[in-house]
Amino acid sequence: MVRIPLLFCCVLFASAALADIDLQIAYLRQEVEAPPTLSNLDKIPDNMGIAGAEVALQESKTTGSFLGHNYELGVRSIAPGQGVIEQAKEVLAQTRLLLVDAPATELLAIADLPEAKGALIFNVAAPETSLRSNDCRRNILHALPSLAMRTDALSQFLQKKRWDDLVLIAGTHPQDQAYAVALKQSLTKFGLKLDGEKIWAFDADMRRNAAQEVPLFTQELGDYDALLIADEIGDFGRYVLYNTWQPRPVAGSEGLNAVTWSPAVEQWGAAQLQQRFHEATNRTMLPKDYAAWAALRSIAEAVIRTSSGDPVVLRDYILSDEFELAGFKGRPLSYRNWNGQLRQPIPIVHPRALVAQAPLEGFLHQRTELDTLGLDKPESACQAFGG
Amino acid sequence: MKRHLLVPSLLLLWAQPALSAEIWVTNEKDDTVSVIDVDTLEVTRTIPTGERPRGLTFSKDFSKLYICASDSDTVQVMDPETGKILYELPSGEDPEQFVLHPNDRHLYIANEDDAITTVVDTETREVIAQIDVGIEPEGMAVSPDGKIAITTSETTNMAHWIDTETQKLFANTLVDSRPRHAEFGAAGTELWVSSEIGGTVTVFGVKDQKEKAKIRFEVQGVHEDRVQPVGFEFLDDEETVFVALGPSNHVAVVNAKTFEVEDYILVGRRVWHMAFSPDHSQLFTTNGVSGDVTVIDVASRKPIKTIKVGRFPWGAAMRP
Repeated sequence: MVRIPLLFCCVLFASAALADIDLQIAYLRQEVEAPPTLSNLDKIPDNMGIAGAEVALQESKTTGSFLGHNYELGVRSIAPGQGVIEQAKEVLAQTRLLLVDAPATELLAIADLPEAKGALIFNVAAPETSLRSNDCRRNILHALPSLAMRTDALSQFLQKKRWDDLVLIAGTHPQDQAYAVALKQSLTKFGLKLDGEKIWAFDADMRRNAAQEVPLFTQELGDYDALLIADEIGDFGRYVLYNTWQPRPVAGSEGLNAVTWSPAVEQWGAAQLQQRFHEATNRTMLPKDYAAWAALRSIAEAVIRTSSGDPVVLRDYILSDEFELAGFKGRPLSYRNWNGQLRQPIPIVHPRALVAQAPLEGFLHQRTELDTLGLDKPESACQAFGG
Repeated sequence: MKRHLLVPSLLLLWAQPALSAEIWVTNEKDDTVSVIDVDTLEVTRTIPTGERPRGLTFSKDFSKLYICASDSDTVQVMDPETGKILYELPSGEDPEQFVLHPNDRHLYIANEDDAITTVVDTETREVIAQIDVGIEPEGMAVSPDGKIAITTSETTNMAHWIDTETQKLFANTLVDSRPRHAEFGAAGTELWVSSEIGGTVTVFGVKDQKEKAKIRFEVQGVHEDRVQPVGFEFLDDEETVFVALGPSNHVAVVNAKTFEVEDYILVGRRVWHMAFSPDHSQLFTTNGVSGDVTVIDVASRKPIKTIKVGRFPWGAAMRP
């Protein structure tokens, strides 16, 4: 007797809630000083990352308009050297759904705030593989691929081409060094190894004398199949191409590059996303834009399928087998339930075309070939996901 | 085949274009259509079109061919006898697919870049309505009685139900990721929608727009992520459906009564859309990546021939 009216009551409530979900999502950015580079060609757009979230917001609003859901994005950007933590507390008081665009240290500090308990934070900027392992957090999901995913992708390509005689030139910036470490681990994972390695420590202006210096510098590496470059800040790699002693392909941070996203990606309907992005921003879509786009679209996809705005419900759904995001990469994207990493194919590109997309054919996995990229369940030391 | 025996050979030569049925295929990356002779299974003509031709359909009397020239932002109207473009219809930006209303007059066009469905009167050559739909509209269908038109939107993941009297939406139903194609079945009482990334085909009851069944596919030796349903067609009795499964390079044969998958047929790479021969004994599938058309013998459910066409064949339509 009591049960029926109660149930009826619940149903009414649920359908009322379905009609008016109004979701606040925050984009919190800690600005960082870009390291100086020789070339002036690459301007870093001010809205890198944010623009991706905004395009995803418009898409989500359109879908939401048919369901009675609304989404708003609040952007807060903090100048270099200004504390992000106080701002994060304020943001967390307003919403539990955050996209965080900050270095790993700040990301962890935000996630570890008492105010962040039960929040759902999407990492869109920190590629450190450790964040997907020892340093993982229950409330952080990673929309950006780890460094390991990118270097695994490139290593699959090298293996497939049988370019197994490899040498490396690495820059001295911590980002270059981190990439070099990830690359070496990936080479080992796929049964490849380096036969030579040099550190790039020139302080001359290579724009003027690359043709004199680079042949000599690379002559010492002897012969090889491919030259790998670790230059994640984009400083010297561009001057190495076509100036090497041996006429061999260049890959890594320069030349053939395994990336989150590139303007050269046009298959699988990607041309539409690229076009929408370009129309909205008048520039091309960069990796961080893609990560922010995927993060916001993940939230919206979960809202649509669960008819809920509760971060706990959304997190559970996102980490479930049900979740899939159409990410314009040719197959559905989903999250690894052992460390919160968004599984995704990695395009291997040169500036004008997609060369291949990892996982490459022949690299098998019992769960999904996508898990041949980055930390697989047994490799990740992450415990926060109850795995 | 029988017809040929009855017709004197001189007459046959003279009247050839009208005698053999043809399959017309748009080549998305060549800006052409290839015309395949159903009897000889050979390409007899390749005709230039506007930029990036995708959807194509004939008028009821087959005297006109409508072509979505996506990158030319227009629908071209071609005389299929001569291959000449007669005129162009206003279509809205980036027309991808369309469907001709049973009145033989109204074209419902999905404008992929604009999140709009445009309705064009092919006689007055005027736009009579534009309807806001979800992001990246693509699949288009119209009910046999002409009362309902459907647009599916790839990024919003919905089927949008349009009342063709008012040209307004009356329902929006969620489907799995990246819906690509829609068709009415069971004498107009069912709506079928394929979801490319979701890997499913959803069947709705038209009366209440409620989900009635969901069909999943499993191709041996192919990871489920690569089994991506796109175009599909009903056999004339509406009891069997052929579903193109994209990069899995297979076409599934589905029992439309039980919703069970009965067979998988190996075809070319990244199979998109398809068209039947007039007697429904053969099925022609466009294979985007391999740039060819697979001919399937419907009775035995076996591929019998591959025909090379242009780059990235996409749409297919039959002309008797």
